[in-house]
Amino acid sequence: MSERELILAFESSCDETSVAVVENGVTILSNIIATQINSHKRFGGVVPEVASRHHVEQITDCINLALAEAKVTYADLTAVAVTYGPGLVGSLLIGVTAAKTVAYAHHLPLIPVNHMAGHIYAARFVKPLVYPLLALMVSGGHTELVMVTAPGEFAIIGETRDDAAGEAYDKIGRVLGITYPAGKEVDRLAHLGHDTFHFPRAMDGEANLDFSFSGLKSAFINTVHHADQLGETLDRNDLAASFQAAVVDVLVDKTMQALREHPVSQLVIAGGVAANQGLREAMTAALATQFPEVDVVIPPVRLTGDNAAMIGAAAHIELAKQHFADETLNAVPNLNFARA
Amino acid sequence: MKILALDTSNQAMSVAVMVDGQVLAEMTLNRKKTHSEQLLPTIDHLLQLSALTPEALDRVVVADGPGSYTGLRIAVTTAKTLADTLQLELVGISSLATLAAGALRTKDLIVPLMDARRQNVFAGMYQWLDGALINVAADRHVALDQLLAELALLKQPVTFIGGDVAKFRDAIKARLGAQAHFVDAVSALPQAGRLALLGQHAAPVPPATFVPRYLRLTEAETNWLKTHDDKGHAPYVEKV
Ligand SMILES: [Zn+2]
Repeated sequence: MSERELILAFESSCDETSVAVVENGVTILSNIIATQINSHKRFGGVVPEVASRHHVEQITDCINLALAEAKVTYADLTAVAVTYGPGLVGSLLIGVTAAKTVAYAHHLPLIPVNHMAGHIYAARFVKPLVYPLLALMVSGGHTELVMVTAPGEFAIIGETRDDAAGEAYDKIGRVLGITYPAGKEVDRLAHLGHDTFHFPRAMDGEANLDFSFSGLKSAFINTVHHADQLGETLDRNDLAASFQAAVVDVLVDKTMQALREHPVSQLVIAGGVAANQGLREAMTAALATQFPEVDVVIPPVRLTGDNAAMIGAAAHIELAKQHFADETLNAVPNLNFARA
Repeated sequence: MKILALDTSNQAMSVAVMVDGQVLAEMTLNRKKTHSEQLLPTIDHLLQLSALTPEALDRVVVADGPGSYTGLRIAVTTAKTLADTLQLELVGISSLATLAAGALRTKDLIVPLMDARRQNVFAGMYQWLDGALINVAADRHVALDQLLAELALLKQPVTFIGGDVAKFRDAIKARLGAQAHFVDAVSALPQAGRLALLGQHAAPVPPATFVPRYLRLTEAETNWLKTHDDKGHAPYVEKV
């Protein structure tokens, strides 16, 4: 008997097909990511049917590459894990179907993983997690504050009531003529400009921990259109800086408010927007003055985006709890943590 | 040869186990339940009833399209994954041919069809010749009106087959009259045993690059291609 716990993990919830092999929940032996970004750039955003088609093209190749790079065979595996939600149903189904089939063919236990849990557990590759911890989850599809009270125990304490932060970046990016996905470029421009427009910070200062970004998005678009009508050209750098400042201010303020209400020693910043430099800088600065004792964990960029290694890390926790699924496992596109 | 055959391209799902040309087990489910939930449990059940394990199989035969996009992908992904992971042979057979094979003992032109929405269908033309099912005209996505106009010109008897034929029956009769024949409700459903027969001698294909035959670009791609050129574009998918 080998003491190695090897999980073959699948992730296909949106526009990345990814398969990874993770050892003992902490070591990435392989993490193959096939990104469809060049395809969806054509359409200015992810087209679900196109995404599903790419996943079918890629999935077998990704499995074989993941095993080869990890230098393991099916016989070495302990379990198979897969994201079963939230996400695009057609996309999720490819990973779910392939993972179920591999688990069935090799008589391995199948572990269903919540995609959001995966994003949070990407932090486990940086250092051991200390519970309870607070996670700020920001991506193209989600903006949530999540309390992780114990391994694999999640509760939402705040969430967006409309657009996700990443979604707002893409929408205002379009207005600035930046191709999808816009986050990185808006972040870059923001560092070249100043917050001169003072866009609204929606819900900031309210007693709840929820977010709203649609008002900010509208204020941004109206400002640009109004200038267009007057024949004025606004400074793109200042526009980007003003937008980013409004987003980051709210994210940081709500996170500080959450830390006041829910004392923890660790803060995890998870999801694709965690790669945003403006957010990283502002959060680090706010913690240094208000919560110097709180340890902030931000996974490296490769692990903040969608990838299967993070699903393997989350599956390690579920494996210990023996949380398995059978062959009827289906995609659950609107899967979410319970609200606290 | 031990074959597992599966078809999830229609509303009905069909799975069969065939050993040396004999069907050991076949199941067709026509409830509106998701293929994702019922396909693998059905495969497991039929293999157990056949006293086989998945690794004992030699070949997987799958109906690879056309059909409902999401449905197609369930069987195709299951088939290609199973074939690759257990190193089995993989064969893809037209889901329209699978339907056509249900129209027995007829010299008619056989037209299997599936609803493709907005008065369009996926359809092909088949005929039995010396006991073999011959593809007379390629499977395609076509307006129902155009298909019926073409068939009217042929002036030969046509048997329509498929679960969706019932919704178009009036339109077909109005256009083709006595030229059109129909099968009963049982024959209208896909039967994976027939799929296994069609696929038992076909040449296997590599699983990794195997994809469904959708016979239609997505709307987004069609619109994009009106103003752009596909050639020279950066690879749509990249390993990073
Ligand atoms: Zn994600």
